[in-house]
Amino acid sequence: MDLPDAGPLWLSLRLAFITTAILLVAGTALAWWLAGTRSRLKPLVEAVTALPLVLPPTVLGFYLLVVLSPNGPVGRLWLDATGTTLTFSFAGIVIGSVFYSLPFAVQPLQATFETIGRGPMEAAAMLRATPFDAFVSVMSPMALRGYLTAAVLTFAHTIGEFGVVLMVGGSIPGRTKVISIAIYEHVETIDYAAAHVLSAGLLVFSFLVLVFVYAMNRRFPGHRG
Amino acid sequence: MSDPKVPDPEKPGLKVPDLKPPDRKMEPVMQTRFSALAAAALVALAAALPARAETALVAVAANFAGVAEELSEVYGGESGNTVTLTIGSTGKLFAQIGEGAPFNAMLSADAATPEKLEAAGETVPGQRFTYAVGRLALWSPDETRIGADGKAALTDAGLRHVAIANPDLAPYGAAAKQALQGLGLWDGLQDKIVMGQNIGQTHSMVASGAAELGFVALSALLDPENPAGGARWEVPQDLYAPIRQDAVLLKAGEGNAAAEGFLAFLRSPQAQDVIRSYGYAVE
Repeated sequence: MDLPDAGPLWLSLRLAFITTAILLVAGTALAWWLAGTRSRLKPLVEAVTALPLVLPPTVLGFYLLVVLSPNGPVGRLWLDATGTTLTFSFAGIVIGSVFYSLPFAVQPLQATFETIGRGPMEAAAMLRATPFDAFVSVMSPMALRGYLTAAVLTFAHTIGEFGVVLMVGGSIPGRTKVISIAIYEHVETIDYAAAHVLSAGLLVFSFLVLVFVYAMNRRFPGHRG
Repeated sequence: MSDPKVPDPEKPGLKVPDLKPPDRKMEPVMQTRFSALAAAALVALAAALPARAETALVAVAANFAGVAEELSEVYGGESGNTVTLTIGSTGKLFAQIGEGAPFNAMLSADAATPEKLEAAGETVPGQRFTYAVGRLALWSPDETRIGADGKAALTDAGLRHVAIANPDLAPYGAAAKQALQGLGLWDGLQDKIVMGQNIGQTHSMVASGAAELGFVALSALLDPENPAGGARWEVPQDLYAPIRQDAVLLKAGEGNAAAEGFLAFLRSPQAQDVIRSYGYAVE
């Protein structure tokens, strides 16, 4: 049997890795604010964060196409600054993925921060640690399980991304043709053998990821919210 | 493959000719009663006749959706039959038929898929025909992007992206590739080509401005309900093989008057005028 081209697989892995890195940093800030705030804006921000869970990716993809295209506000700025367009680019699908996977990073982190509470941070502050130092040396290690969950889920969810990339990507090999697009094209061209190889790989991968997350939750039940 | 819950009006037991005239040798009283019954039955039957109009489920390639809707309305108005359309990409519809989808006929976006269906024994043989020939246009919503010479627009130094449908998936994509090869531009444009999964998605890439230019279906630009602005270059038809769109009667449509009638209607001069008005050629 012919093995399908591995290019889309590597591209998906690269996309998921970069998206996860961005979201662990940006998601920490957002989750930390959400965990501590008493602002009346909290439900609004929480709702926006959770939107990608309920919206079809095509809605996200459609608005990204409108906003990121050279006629759109963000696409125009990007074009002026870099001379390249955001649509049909790797940068464009990274932006799409960050929105698409946002809840998968923010929600586990927020839950973890809320479970641990502000006590350890206050204790560190009494010992004259700066807030940043307290966060890095006290909070982060305690929140390790939350970080692992967030990272694994974000990574896996991004690997499975389809609709967003379909609409803003343009199926360019090595740039925007990710594994889900490759599977879709194999099915449409009635090359079911290649579709099976990629799909089965993705299925096994996703299953192992979830087993890992649930096994971890079992091993560290202490911080469960 | 018909839905088991829906009674099939073609079943022999329900056919009108099977009704027998009243038996003349009956007793007078019985005969009267029988006549009354027969009359009542006839009245009921006459009332039921228009409802006996048939329904067909027709799978239609996405690029032909608008025309097919108009044609099915015209046909429905004239025949009393109902044609319900399922719109999808040809590849998806093909896969669904293979999985037993209850379509009675298919209007494909290409000639290859109906041929494959016929080879697989999914069709009523000898019913395959070309109902429309698609034409390719280079299009930009920006009036200044395309002048009289399409080649000049494609070689413009300021051009960033040319959208085409994926040649492996879509007949219009294959035609666009041929045209670009014919113009000697295919290799040079490689890093500017972006691909939609089908001609509709390619259209949206150009319409949104994400790609400045794109090869789209002329029919989408001429759609009477929603004509496209901007500039277009109708690609000379000697640059690509004709985009023949074939129709087939599927096995589930054998004996279905609505499906057979709709396919016959597609070949009528009246339907062909409608098809042409959408920017297709007819054979």
